[in-house]
Amino acid sequence: MIDKTTNQKAWFLVIPVVALVAFNALIPLMTVVNYSVQETFGDNVFFWEGVKWFETVLHSERFHASLLRQLTFTGIILLIEIPLGVAIALSMPKKGPWVSVCLVLMALPLLIPWNVVGAMWNIFALPDIGLLGKMINGMGIDYNFTQQPMAAWFTTVLMDVWHWTSLVVLLAYAGLCSIPNAYYQAARIDGASSWAVFRYIQLPKMKRVLTIAILLRFMDSFMIYTEPFVLTGGGPGNTTTFLSIDLVKIALGQFDLGPAAAMSLIYFLIILVLSWIFYTLMMRNEEQ
Amino acid sequence: MKNLKWLPPTLYILFLLLPIYWLVSMSFKTTNEILGSFYLWPQNFTLDNYVKIFTDPTWYNGYFNSITYVALNTLISVSVALPAAYAFSRYRFLGDKHLFFWLLTNRMAPPAVFALPFFQLYSAIGLFDTHIAVALAHCLFNIPLAVWILEGFMSGVPKELDETAYVDGYSFWRFFTKIFIPTISAGIGVVMFFCFMFSWVELLLAKTLTSVAAKPIAATMTRTASTSGYELGLLAAAGTLTIIPGAFVIWFVRNHIAKGFALGRV
Repeated sequence: MIDKTTNQKAWFLVIPVVALVAFNALIPLMTVVNYSVQETFGDNVFFWEGVKWFETVLHSERFHASLLRQLTFTGIILLIEIPLGVAIALSMPKKGPWVSVCLVLMALPLLIPWNVVGAMWNIFALPDIGLLGKMINGMGIDYNFTQQPMAAWFTTVLMDVWHWTSLVVLLAYAGLCSIPNAYYQAARIDGASSWAVFRYIQLPKMKRVLTIAILLRFMDSFMIYTEPFVLTGGGPGNTTTFLSIDLVKIALGQFDLGPAAAMSLIYFLIILVLSWIFYTLMMRNEEQ
Repeated sequence: MKNLKWLPPTLYILFLLLPIYWLVSMSFKTTNEILGSFYLWPQNFTLDNYVKIFTDPTWYNGYFNSITYVALNTLISVSVALPAAYAFSRYRFLGDKHLFFWLLTNRMAPPAVFALPFFQLYSAIGLFDTHIAVALAHCLFNIPLAVWILEGFMSGVPKELDETAYVDGYSFWRFFTKIFIPTISAGIGVVMFFCFMFSWVELLLAKTLTSVAAKPIAATMTRTASTSGYELGLLAAAGTLTIIPGAFVIWFVRNHIAKGFALGRV
């Protein structure tokens, strides 16, 4: 860590960033706050409603259901992607020509536009024309993600694992590469088992990057919209309607601005609180 | 055990490539072949889908639009994030930690929350359906990310470098442009890659802020899928073409990519 000097003039260097982000964040946020406390019947006539919409949203079954689906989804993909990513990073080559090949191929899914990811998985998993759909049905399992809730969940989770595990791999790999070779030599002299090497050398060194990985994966999976929307459209029924999909349905589909705005703020607040906890943990790690 | 170490990454990469293969192979099939029969590779190999995309302006303009706003966004994000990241990595100032976290909160804001207000804001200032509107809107999440990554890279440069330069009589801006920026050029490359990546893959805001003149390619695809029936081959070809710019830019940052994903903090 660098020894920082106190210099209030540093604010001048930050002003452009603050101005641009504030323009994009504060004005829209105020619009949302405005809508969240008012009722409108069109024609730009608004009535003060106080916290009514917040109460409506907090008590609505629909919100509870999509929040529960969201938490389940985020929980499942974190439980799969983090261990899987670490495992793959551990078995990746440390040097040689294969490193670049591995990295480039693994980063590929991260650079595909999100709706293309959804469309790609759609045609990949469709039971009549998709490779995955044909394969699963060929094994004698009845599989159709447009009709069966379980199949839809399976496909959505698999798509997210496909899309984002590489992020965890790359982060964990960066952490592993920062371990000096001397550590491994010392472990070999001590006759440490590979589990001991992992537990006492590799895992502690990866702690920082893994915190970043969990933070990023948590935030991004919590606001997932495009991929499941294109893949399943939130269906069958509402079974894969996550928070963002539900929000857009209310705001742009039904044009219920008040409830949508109140829901936006609650949604944002949940992400904010949880991310703040992760962030504080990460900063504490860094100071150690 | 040791000899099987190549297996997990290989299987994983195969798993990654399978859906991509299916997309690419479908882009060389005719719609009839896709719907009528099931083969692992194209039977009547055709380039018609690609020809259609390269000859129809509503299709290829989508690519130009996407690339224009992505480039604009990358330029804006990196140029304002550079001085800010320097300030965060070198100085302590009033409210610095709070400001840093506030910036990050914007990376955490779900785009769905901002879709409607953004539409109203950019319509109100007359920028709706322009490239600059999308470029500015994407700053919401790209600037915080750029500051975060650059700050990580800059913290890795010893402070003695700055001090020596100042002793040698360099002014701040001269030092910054002549010495500091070349020193962290790898970091800048990585940040540009990330800004490109997140602006390229985002669709919800880009779609909300455009209608015709600046419509991104990904939105053109969505429209095709819903209006003109189910032209799967065309859709697959357009999808395949959106993968190429990404694959192209990864190649340039392949040696720094892992460090970049760790936000410069390894």
